[in-house]
Amino acid sequence: MPGIIIDKNHCKGCELCVRACPQQIISMSKEITVRGYFYAQVHDPSRCIGCRICAITCPDVAIEVHTHGTVFSLFDY
Amino acid sequence: MTDSQASIFTRPEALRDVVTHYCPGCTHGVIHRLVAEVLDELGIRERTLGVAPVGCSVFIYNYINCDFLEAAHGRAPAFATGFKRLRPDMIVFTYQGDGDLASIGMAEIVHAANRGEKFTTIFVNNAVYGMTGGQMAPTTMPNQVTTTCPLGRDVTDVGYPIRMAELLATSRTPGYIERVAVHSPRHIIQAKRAIRKAFTYQKEDRCFSLVEVLSTCPTNWGKTPAEAAQWLNDEMIPYYPLGCFKEPNNEGEG
Amino acid sequence: MARLLMKGNEAIAEAALRAGAKGYFCYPITPQSEVAEYLARRMPEVGGVFLQGESEVAVSNMLFGAASTGKRVFTTSSSPGISLMQEAISYIAGAQLPVVFVNIMRAGPGLGGILPAQSDYFQATKGGGHGDYRVLVLAPSTIQEGADLMMLAFHLADKYRNPVMMIGDGMIGQMMEPVEFPEEYKEPPLPPKDWAATGAKGREALVIKSLFLDPFLLEKNSWVLQEKYEQMKREEVRFELYKVNPQNEILIVAYGTTARICQTAIDELEQEGVSVGLLRPITLFPFPEKQINKEAKKKNIKVVLTIEMSTAQMMEDVEKAVLGAKPVKFFGRTGGIVPSPDEVKEAALKLIKDKTRSARGTKRN
Repeated sequence: MPGIIIDKNHCKGCELCVRACPQQIISMSKEITVRGYFYAQVHDPSRCIGCRICAITCPDVAIEVHTHGTVFSLFDY
Repeated sequence: MTDSQASIFTRPEALRDVVTHYCPGCTHGVIHRLVAEVLDELGIRERTLGVAPVGCSVFIYNYINCDFLEAAHGRAPAFATGFKRLRPDMIVFTYQGDGDLASIGMAEIVHAANRGEKFTTIFVNNAVYGMTGGQMAPTTMPNQVTTTCPLGRDVTDVGYPIRMAELLATSRTPGYIERVAVHSPRHIIQAKRAIRKAFTYQKEDRCFSLVEVLSTCPTNWGKTPAEAAQWLNDEMIPYYPLGCFKEPNNEGEG
Repeated sequence: MARLLMKGNEAIAEAALRAGAKGYFCYPITPQSEVAEYLARRMPEVGGVFLQGESEVAVSNMLFGAASTGKRVFTTSSSPGISLMQEAISYIAGAQLPVVFVNIMRAGPGLGGILPAQSDYFQATKGGGHGDYRVLVLAPSTIQEGADLMMLAFHLADKYRNPVMMIGDGMIGQMMEPVEFPEEYKEPPLPPKDWAATGAKGREALVIKSLFLDPFLLEKNSWVLQEKYEQMKREEVRFELYKVNPQNEILIVAYGTTARICQTAIDELEQEGVSVGLLRPITLFPFPEKQINKEAKKKNIKVVLTIEMSTAQMMEDVEKAVLGAKPVKFFGRTGGIVPSPDEVKEAALKLIKDKTRSARGTKRN
């Protein structure tokens, strides 16, 4: 089951991951971080496919992607 | 989270775990990460020297974990030339924005590229001067509004934007020059390939390499990061076509 | 080692190689292009790097990069080119890198002329670039001294981690004189260059920079630099005295080839019974202030005369050194004209005659 961890401390609320996620499972929180940004969070983790597109898009390297079991390599990165 | 958990995407070793000063949605963060990933993958971090520009990314030396020189505005290719000529065994790269490379530094990059200095340049083209507050750049699009062309860039007054990749590709000296973009995941993946290729050419001691990276500047374009990505796609890519403009061929001729 | 008859430009080039210089980045400009031509051939012979860049702006910035490797690097240029290098000199001083610059001076300002002058004194000693920094300035008066000071320049640049500039007027570049190089160049030991960028292997990554946005850190950096300049003032002042004795009525202060012209004038004046001494600064920064002050205060000295190929630049430092103890006067030619010994003699005699007239009891208001 793949999944992602978003580090609130690094997130600047740019919302690019929201747009990029092909499963559309990321949305912005209604709370702000200590820096004053609305941070991104996963609202439906069960549908994560571990494609890494959110992490690749994130300018702040705030997202880590992990999985176990079979990993489908959808592209070379 | 069980023991057979595998990490399939983490922060590269060569990128320090600090929060950057870049604006939300600024693609400098993406490009820094791509460079750091390539330094890790090619195993060259410990013998790499970066040359920082004057611009938003002057602080790149706080983010990428290798030795750095901080250059005067536009002079990074000269710094790189002086260093690489005396230490050809080290990997040298410059990281420059529009003003640094295409304005004040125009002579330095043209001549370094033409001499075939064997360093790599990452040219971040976001059509504006970011750090100083959004003034017009040589790469600003026609009719684009900036603080020093508040009525939009008037091409009858200051000419058209300069296409650096094409300009540098006209040199007969062998080199690798490619233009990429980082406004969407598909493009970011291609950008990484180009950056890896550029550093690989240097590792093989082949030629000068430059990757022009079309980037967003949401703050100075007055757009959200998502709108900025869309604008780059719709306005910049038609004028600045993506692709490879020059490859060193095997016979060593341009 | 045999004595060779060499052109100044070539002797300076060869001296740099003897001192272990491994990088030379240049741009041609009259009257020093022969340095580049000589090194284009010689540098590869000693395994060094020669590169003619696209402008003085470019090559001076290449020197920053090259010096960051820890190797000895230098350039030569002439007045208008040195103007273009001021930005890089400021950056090099701020980042504390050792680089040697040579200015074979020509008349200015602007495009000026190609004949010798000493009109870059302010530019060299007061600094043409921005910020709180100084450049250690050496001024030879013979080709042999040019070669010797060139080798010393690299040592001082490394010792202080600061730009060092040797300034010679056009004659130093173009004349031919006998030169002797040491068999083996020996110098006092220097600390290791652990500040050099060699790749972050087995140590933390370092940055060679001059940006300190925090004003407290920037102030601290400026005072670190200043302490170096104070040390230079204590340890590096160099000058030469010629026929200085208690009978001197005039003290001449002159540097470079102008000093040699003054020596001829002094010899001729001696024949005519007028005693004149010469203090020739060899370091223009740090300036031999204390020595000039001491000599000026001697009982029989009536006036201090500065002779320069300029419109009186060094004179301001001489005035500052003399501190009003005696009048300071100036004679010079510029535009590329070299004064003759006769002109210097005449200038000196005029001062004596004036003084003598007023000393004969003319009423003074």
